[in-house]
Amino acid sequence: MNERKSQYFNGIKNGIPIGLGYFAVSFTFGIMAANTGLTPWQAIVMSLTNLTSAGQFAGLGIIKTGASLGEMALAQFVINLRYSLMSCSLSQKLKEETPFYHRLLLGYGVTDEVFGVSVCKPGKLDPRYCYGLLSTAVPGWTLGTAFGAVSGSLLPDRLLSALSVGLYGMFVAIIVPPARDNRTLAWVVAASMILSLLFSWLPGLRMISSGIRLILLTVVIAGAAAFLFPFPVKEEDSYE
Amino acid sequence: MNDRIYLYILVMAIVTYAIRVLPLTLIRRDIKNSWVRSFLFYVPYVTLSVMTFPAILTATRSIWSAAAALAAAAVMAYRGKTLIFVSLTACGVVYIMEFLL
Repeated sequence: MNERKSQYFNGIKNGIPIGLGYFAVSFTFGIMAANTGLTPWQAIVMSLTNLTSAGQFAGLGIIKTGASLGEMALAQFVINLRYSLMSCSLSQKLKEETPFYHRLLLGYGVTDEVFGVSVCKPGKLDPRYCYGLLSTAVPGWTLGTAFGAVSGSLLPDRLLSALSVGLYGMFVAIIVPPARDNRTLAWVVAASMILSLLFSWLPGLRMISSGIRLILLTVVIAGAAAFLFPFPVKEEDSYE
Repeated sequence: MNDRIYLYILVMAIVTYAIRVLPLTLIRRDIKNSWVRSFLFYVPYVTLSVMTFPAILTATRSIWSAAAALAAAAVMAYRGKTLIFVSLTACGVVYIMEFLL
């Protein structure tokens, strides 16, 4: 099998946990969309074109209140702004000569999970790997929405509960091994989790929405880490 | 009402796509500045950590099944198991624990 194909198939393989997790989350989304008054097709189109959980859930709430399109745009901008940070990081993971159309296509698929799996892969990133991830992630997200919207009682709660933890399990699988081998990274991860816990607990801080919290903590912690421990990181070697 | 919903969806899709695609298309060179490079290196680990914890604890029907899943996933990941294995282990632990509880 040639290199391009193997990148793609490797992506499909690693996309399986993303697809399963997405199915569970979007199943719930489909149910909510139906309750909001969307037809199954509208829910499916939204999932296929947006491919984002927080933004879509918030979108339903905004549609329900009948807010203006401008308000919708602003809300989506704030909730999804974290993606631009991820895209900045991904841009450095691509080879400089990666053609424009690959960048346009990749832009569609920058989700928390696709980003996490792609960016922590050693070496430069072949867009085909991401297309592989998306080949399982997008059907998972869209089919889950469809099933949820058509029949909310199709799957037992317990199965959905189990599947929805899968995405977090995947994040753990991405974070832990490099943190195990790199003490600086281990501290960064620990600090991130502790601050995240504080921000979701402490009165006042708790009021900050999860999207803004993520951006704020990322900029502050990654910024401080970059200042205190500027690239001692051995990843540098495999980066080329 | 129906057309209006598709308009909403269109606005959502455009804003979300723009946010995602602009950095990818505008930043086409390798950044040389070492602070920026280090910053971007740390970004994924911070975002994934913040997204995972404590959110995982409220993802399932019981905080205990979620905590057990987190612990199991951490152990399996520490041992260098694959993405799929770690992820499915977490799912399995939740499924079994909620069955027993």
